[in-house]
Amino acid sequence: MTDKKIRVLIAKPGLDGHDRGAKVVARALRDDGMEVIYTGLRQTPEMIAEAALQEDVDVVGLSILSGAHNALVPQVIADLRANGQTNVEVFLGGIIPEDDIQNLLDQGVFKIYGPGTDTREVCKDIREAVKSKEQA
Amino acid sequence: MTFALIDSLRKGNRLALSRILSQVENRTDVGVEALEQLFLETGTAQKIGITGPPGSGKSTLVNAIARELRQREPEKKVAIIAIDPSSPFTGGALLGDRVRMLDLQVDKQIFIRSMASRGALGGLAEQTEALSQVFDAAGYGFILIETVGAGQSEVDVVNLAHTTIVVDTPGMGDDIQSIKAGILEIADILVVNKADRPGADQSVSHLRNMVGMGYAKRSHAGKHSLKDFSGKAAEESSSEDWIPPVLKTVASEFKGITDLTDSILAHAAYLRESGRWNEKDKAAVLASIRHQLIVSFLQDFNKKVPMEMIDSLVSKAQQRKISPSEAVRKLLAYNQSDNLKSSE
Repeated sequence: MTDKKIRVLIAKPGLDGHDRGAKVVARALRDDGMEVIYTGLRQTPEMIAEAALQEDVDVVGLSILSGAHNALVPQVIADLRANGQTNVEVFLGGIIPEDDIQNLLDQGVFKIYGPGTDTREVCKDIREAVKSKEQA
Repeated sequence: MTFALIDSLRKGNRLALSRILSQVENRTDVGVEALEQLFLETGTAQKIGITGPPGSGKSTLVNAIARELRQREPEKKVAIIAIDPSSPFTGGALLGDRVRMLDLQVDKQIFIRSMASRGALGGLAEQTEALSQVFDAAGYGFILIETVGAGQSEVDVVNLAHTTIVVDTPGMGDDIQSIKAGILEIADILVVNKADRPGADQSVSHLRNMVGMGYAKRSHAGKHSLKDFSGKAAEESSSEDWIPPVLKTVASEFKGITDLTDSILAHAAYLRESGRWNEKDKAAVLASIRHQLIVSFLQDFNKKVPMEMIDSLVSKAQQRKISPSEAVRKLLAYNQSDNLKSSE
């Protein structure tokens, strides 16, 4: 009876105070049967990586509406890797301009979601990402 | 793999600790094996349970206590296990206690782990005690265990913790509430949090009255253990009973935290001097064995008894052809005959 649950950290790095999107996604993942750790507003990349380490999560979901994604997201990924969490996938949601998307994906973001995304799509992507990691 | 992980944990690697916690929580083979080894190195940590109704400020209080403990005894590491409920419908959970503990994130000697209750009642998750044992073996001197928001009878934490703190807020009910059995009875320390709100002094006096009534009537014997292991010894030393203090705090402003921490440390000293530390430890070990026994039995049972047999008994019972207890008798008989076959 191994009861493996997908564990997801939802965090908001940086200084914007709008966490409705993060909460909607957290709720949707919960309703999909995942264990969601919600850390709240105004986190530094270091704090997020530390929480991901302590919680041994499979996935980190970041929500950024401030425009600071080009600085914050690569730093979160670097901090996760520096802690030895090489398997953790990073998802990003928020207002991300077209021009920045490819660059962020190149830096290791698994997928990026804009406003109006169907949360079922996010759940499906996360399940698939975790499954493919386990088989690898 | 198990050996390498345990080795890294012993060297203080926190990623290894985190991974072992997951393996233990999920009861994998690696987790079971790791815990069998690590348990032998436990027994030094003070386990502190924090329980109380939803919204009474447990997480904020845990945050404040952890900070204060780190200042008082900087050589000791602090672990926090924070439990939130799983959805009974989807099995998912939203674990939000960390939101109140953000200022602990910078201290690498504090380790916070969120846990979903995964269907367990009683205020803890099935594997909460097991996780506390991993932290104990990893050298964490204080282990704070924050229960699911509790009502009147989620009292499992008392079997696990050395010190149980029950948190209440002003205006949570009249004085009849406070003499009912259950959660208030298990407290070693009672806290009225959010004490800047109206009615705090009244709540404190209700709780003090309750504590006073209890200690005028009876001695302390066996109050905190599953069974009364040494009622006699407790009676002899009843003049030095621990009388639960009732304290006021405003956790969000760090008010009252010094007194609360004094009481936590004083309680540990009391337990050690009175010999009750050992009694509690014995009760915790007994509860742990009992718990493992039930879990192993169910695991074994689920492996051996075919789902179809359970389904057919359920429909027979639903048609009122047999009773649930008769169904259980048949299942147990099947499980037993299967055990006989496999041991031949």
